[in-house]
Amino acid sequence: MDRRELGIKVVSPALFTVALFVVWEIVCRALNVPLTILPAPSDVFAALWQYRKPIVDNSWVTLWTTLAGFLIATVFGLALGIGVGWHRALYAGIYPVLIGFNSIPKVAVVPVLILWFGIGEIPAVMTAFLISFFPIVVNVATGLATTEPELEDVLRALGASKLDIMRKVGIPRSLPYFFGSLKVAITLAFVGAVVSETVGANKGIGKLMLDAQASFQVPIVFAGLLVLAVLGILLYAGTAAIEARFTGWAFRGQANR
Amino acid sequence: MAYGRGAAAVKAIEDVSLEIARGEFIAVVGPSGCGKSSLMRLISGLHPPAAGALTVEGKPVDGPLKSVGMAFQNSNLLPWRNALENVLLPLEIVEPYRSGFSKQKYAPKAKSLLESVGLQGFSEKYPWELSGGMQQRTSICRALIHEPEILMLDEPFGALDAFTREELWCALRDLQAARKVTVMLVTHDLREAVFLADTVYVMSARPGRIVKRRDVGLPRPRDLDVTYTQQFQDIVHELRGLIRG
Repeated sequence: MDRRELGIKVVSPALFTVALFVVWEIVCRALNVPLTILPAPSDVFAALWQYRKPIVDNSWVTLWTTLAGFLIATVFGLALGIGVGWHRALYAGIYPVLIGFNSIPKVAVVPVLILWFGIGEIPAVMTAFLISFFPIVVNVATGLATTEPELEDVLRALGASKLDIMRKVGIPRSLPYFFGSLKVAITLAFVGAVVSETVGANKGIGKLMLDAQASFQVPIVFAGLLVLAVLGILLYAGTAAIEARFTGWAFRGQANR
Repeated sequence: MAYGRGAAAVKAIEDVSLEIARGEFIAVVGPSGCGKSSLMRLISGLHPPAAGALTVEGKPVDGPLKSVGMAFQNSNLLPWRNALENVLLPLEIVEPYRSGFSKQKYAPKAKSLLESVGLQGFSEKYPWELSGGMQQRTSICRALIHEPEILMLDEPFGALDAFTREELWCALRDLQAARKVTVMLVTHDLREAVFLADTVYVMSARPGRIVKRRDVGLPRPRDLDVTYTQQFQDIVHELRGLIRG
């Protein structure tokens, strides 16, 4: 990374974030906004420090439920995406059902999950899974469906079987789509886990915020939001790093710029 | 052979019969859309014939032939594989190489093939790091690695600039001379056909038929200078007269 790139990738987002907090602080102080409406960043950070123990404990729960749901979604989504991309009849049959399922707001499903699995971490994992597998399926199927027929011809001319073509061309070709969808899926999984926690759970950042709100401890609510934002960024960055590691060939344009 | 079905079907080629001797280099020329590529897809088994018989070495063709190596106008290299891995691809598919395939085992073979077309030191490069001409050389190596009976080239130099094209003519000429491989080249470049081939077949516009078989008869080895001789010009001129459109 040269100096210019360092400036763009590290310094400018840092400056922007700090500026955002400064403006927020100034607005709160200048307009004398009550703590129960919008706490200033200084109050939020104070709350964050004061309640660090429960915040860390609950963050941990949210983090692992998110990752567990995401992991299941990845395996399931990849398998289903390959299946759907493999066979046109399967594609035609499953696709409408998938879209219908995806249209159901997952908040509406959480009560059912709680009914089945009881209050605890399992509904959160399940919600994270249910909300995040759809983009993976769609992307993998799209990647397979858009494989250039010329590339397949190269293998077909050699007498390759459909499985060969899938292994040598289809799957590598759709990996950028797959990893691209993981970035969307991880954020969705996170949303799913937190939504589930706010509907019914005994642990997690969502539950913590719900309790804080009930007792009007608004700075803790905002501390929770802040933690969610930071965790979201970290999860996204992690998946983006994995993507860059495995599908560098698809990003050659950016690497040369 | 026809594309589409029923009344809407487009008859691409009709009554085409050609013979290729082992080790011969033939070229098929014709106006665009005359079914040159269809003929190639037919012979390679990528596309089944609508009527009639197709035999290669006396055996009917009912699916892609293993003894064929193909290269197209676009190099169609897999962008996630480097040049060496792209060249090795057929060995991962075609028997007897397939069983017991390992990269280490066949890498020297692929490397020497790449070297024979002037790509020494480029085997670790990815397709986007290679020029158009280099990509096409790699593509031809990939078509040859499994030692096919016949190499089929579908306008392989069509997308290249004039200088690179002539450079690749020479590369192909040397490759064919060294390996004695049978080549069928489909092209719309008459100079290319005459320079490279032993026999040139001229096809008419749709539905494609073979209207002329012309022996080139220029002595080998041929140098690029041969393209400026009267004899060469005459053959090109004669072929041009047969193609309208």
